[in-house]
Order: sequence, then C-alpha cells, then structure tokens
Amino acid sequence: MLRRRIMRHGLTIVATVLLGGLISATLVRLAPGFDTDEAQLDPHLNSASIEALRQQRAEQHNVVRFYFHSLQRAVRGDLGRSISLGQPVLELLRQRVPMTLRLVAIGLLLSWASVLALALSAAWLRIPAYDTLATVITGTFLCIPAAALALLSVLWNMPGALAIALIIAPRDYRYARNLLTKGYSLPHIIAARARGLSELRILFVHVIPVVGPQLLAVAGVSVSLALGAAIPVEALCGLAGVGQLAWQAALARDLPLLVNITTLVTLVTLFANSTTDVIGHMIRGQEL
Amino acid sequence: MWRNAACTALLLIVCLSLAANWVAPAGYAKQYREAADAPPSRAHWLGTDEIGRDRFARVLYGTRISLLLAPAAALLSTLLAALIGGLAGYLGGTWARVAMAVTDLFLSLPWLFLLITVRALMPLNVSPLISVLVTFTMLGLLGWTSAARVLCASAGSLRNADFVRQARASGIRGARLFWIHVVPNLKPVLNAQFWISIPVFILSEANLGILGLGVAEPMPSWGSLLRELEGLVSVGEQPWKFVPLLLLVVVVTSFQFVLSSEEEAAA
Repeated sequence: MLRRRIMRHGLTIVATVLLGGLISATLVRLAPGFDTDEAQLDPHLNSASIEALRQQRAEQHNVVRFYFHSLQRAVRGDLGRSISLGQPVLELLRQRVPMTLRLVAIGLLLSWASVLALALSAAWLRIPAYDTLATVITGTFLCIPAAALALLSVLWNMPGALAIALIIAPRDYRYARNLLTKGYSLPHIIAARARGLSELRILFVHVIPVVGPQLLAVAGVSVSLALGAAIPVEALCGLAGVGQLAWQAALARDLPLLVNITTLVTLVTLFANSTTDVIGHMIRGQEL
Repeated sequence: MWRNAACTALLLIVCLSLAANWVAPAGYAKQYREAADAPPSRAHWLGTDEIGRDRFARVLYGTRISLLLAPAAALLSTLLAALIGGLAGYLGGTWARVAMAVTDLFLSLPWLFLLITVRALMPLNVSPLISVLVTFTMLGLLGWTSAARVLCASAGSLRNADFVRQARASGIRGARLFWIHVVPNLKPVLNAQFWISIPVFILSEANLGILGLGVAEPMPSWGSLLRELEGLVSVGEQPWKFVPLLLLVVVVTSFQFVLSSEEEAAA
C-alpha cells in the first residue's frame, strides 16, 4: 500500500514536470519577441552568418520539436543559457540554491516553532481573550502583502528567515489552531484529561497521532508558501538566492532562466507535498 | 457587529476613492516641483513624493484602481472556476479527473512564482492603462484554480441530487440542466469564492507592484505606492508614507470580515 502510494506520487511528479515543461516551452515559444535576436543586427556579421542565425531560430518554430529539444538537453544536464546574465542556467542555480534552501529551512523552522507554541497554548489554555489576541495578531499579518513585510524587515534590520517566518506563520496558525482545538475536544482526550493524564502524555500519545497527518499536510503546503515568500524577501533584502534570480529574470524577461526556476520550484513543492503525504500515511498506518 | 463595521469602512473608502476627481482635482500625475518630497501640509495632506506628486491624490486614485479592478478580476476568476470546476464536477468521470489534474498542476506552483513568470511573458514596456489591465486580467485568468477545486466538489455532490434527477427525468438535459438547475445551487459557494478572491488579488497586485512588475508609472496602485517604503531608513522617519499600507490593511481586514460571514452562509 505504501509502495503504491510512493509510486503514485513519483508518477505524479514526473507527469507534472513533463506537462509543466510542455506548457513552459509553449509559453516561451509564444512570448512576444521570441523570434527577434539582437545578434542579427550586428553590423560585423555577413549575410551568411545572419542566415545561419535565422536557420537556428527557425528550428525552434515548432513547439513540440522545441520542447523535445529542450528536454533532451535537460537530460544531459544542459538547462540552457540565461539571456540577461549570459551564464549557464545550471551554474546560476548551483550558486543560488544553497542560500534559498537555508533561508526557507530556517524560516520554516521559526514559523512552525511559533505556530505550534501559539496553537498549543491556545488549545491548552482555552482562554478566549488569548485566542482572540492571537487571531487578531496573525490576522493583521495576513493582511500585509508579503513584499511589504519584506520591506519592513529591511527597515527593522530583521534577518530574511524571520521575514519568511512572519509571512508563513499567520497562514499556518489558523489551520494548526483549528486542528489542535478539534483534536483536544475529542471524547477520548476529554476522558484522558478527566483521568488525570499529564498534558505532555495526552499531546504525544493521543493528540499527535490524530492531528499529526493533517498538520504534516499543512507543513507540506507551507513549503510552497515559503518558496513563494522567498521572492520578495530575497529581492528586497538583497539576498542572492533563487527568489532574487527569479525576480531579476522576470524584470529582464529572461524566459529560459525563469522557466527553469519555475520547474525547479514546482519539483521541490511536489516533493515536499508527497513526502508529507507519505509520512502522514505511515503515521496513520501505525495508528491503525 | 464586526461585519457592519467592515462594510461601513469599505463603503467609506470606496466612496472616497470614487470621489477622487472632486477631492483631488489636480490628478495623480501633476508634479509640484517646488515641493518635491515635502512633508504633510495644508496643500498636500500626505506630503508629496520624490518627484513632487501629491501623495493623497495618488492614494485616492490608487485605491480606486485596486478597489474597482480587484473585484472585476475576482468576477472573472469565479466565472472561470464555475465554468471549469462546476462543469467538471457536474460531468464527473474523466472530465473531472482531467480538469482536476490541470488544476493541481497550477496549484503545485507557488502563486507568486506563477504570477511573475506569466507577467514576464508579457511586454513590460506598455502604457500605464494597458499595464493595469494586463495585471488584473492576469490575476483573474490565473486565480481560478483553488475555487475550481471547491466548485468541482460542490457540483459533484449536486450531480445525483434528487432535484437534478427529477429534472433529468423530466427531459431537461445538457447545458440547460447545468445553467438552470446546477449553477443557481452553487451560488453560495460562488459568492464565497468571489469574496475570497478580492483580498487575494489586492494583495497579489500589491506584491507585484512592490517588485516593479505591476501597474506602470505614473498610474498609481497600492503596490506602486508601497514601493516608496523602499527608500526609508527607519519606520519613524516619514510615518505618512505608511498611510497606503494602513489603508490596505484596513481594506483587506474589512474584506476578511465580510468573507467570514459569506463563508458562514455558504456552510
């Protein structure tokens, strides 16, 4: 059962990448200005060279052929060259990925530590005023655009990871709080409390197995949120990561670079979601 | 009570922004070069920006753009969601599976990545009016996915409802059955999805604007107004520059309150 689930996720990832790649290739092919090449305007080139350049472009006219050509090169590890930066895309990604991974990982850790602390204390204390205060604070953060939070983090000299945590935590808090409150109101947990079991024992033995898989699913989704938040945070805080690269690529309309970054981010998102789903399935299996 | 307060705040802000032509007749683009980057005064209630444009006028006009076009984009995305998700749920089987696979493909991509990728595919050096239309149309065309999922599930549950079976037995089929019997019953869900989308689109436009990928200058929008915060050194330096952010928070919070009551109605 578990093996089948893993296989299904693997197939979904492969299908998504193939279909996403086709859509990306189509979009790149149809984007305005695809056919123009500044090199053709170079006065140093003779007519034969210009014709050769035209021929090279003409080969990319067919979307399907263009897609398979790109796919073949990608399999060989050639993701193309960035138009704006003039460097191989793979090299650019290799330089930037560690920064983004570190930023997102620390941001997620900070976010989930605060989310669990807030949500657990709300579920344990059950004081309406505390609950309302937490909801108002997280609700206010939800109403601030991620990019504005990134700008505020620059003003307050906050680390980028903290800015990412502030962007994600309010979104996750609501789900975590609802799940934990619902978990703590289950009849067998009320009975355990009445029998005098310690709060920690109730949490780890009775609550986590029930709400754990759902919390993991929320954690999987927050990876996608964190990657999205990395764009404004890296762009506005001057951090040289994939988010900043994507922003620069968008401003320069560097589509080969942008499409590769988007595919990479989609892969990471799908992988995170699939992993949390499989772990959640394993927890549920143990419970059964 | 909170819903009424939110509706009143929204109504006030909408009315004020619609009255921008009378409240700030000089317009959003007029430059007062002798008073560039000026602090608030009687002539310029929120001061002027670095090229001498009246910030109050820009906030009013920017609010009008965001508050008129975000609901328009929300309407477009809700209609698309109704068409794709509703129809897929109603037809069921392979149609639903294919539609949901495409929806999942869109959903697997972080929203901001999708937005900047698609925005980059379009020309950036367009006229301000075109940039406004491009930004909000793009939001409307891309924002249907999560709503489509909800509508697919809702329409799927209606497919075998008693009244649909009875209508089918009476000889009503195809598009007529969908538009006359299924869609009206999806109204509470459509309403909720519409209200959910508005603050999402307002925030998305603000994000794009701050990153320089939204509405082009000199047209103001909340995103382009918030870009001014980039030049600040400390929060207390020029607090009036935070007015657009404050207004944005008030508007989005008000929409959240309206939304929670709509969601209750849908539930």
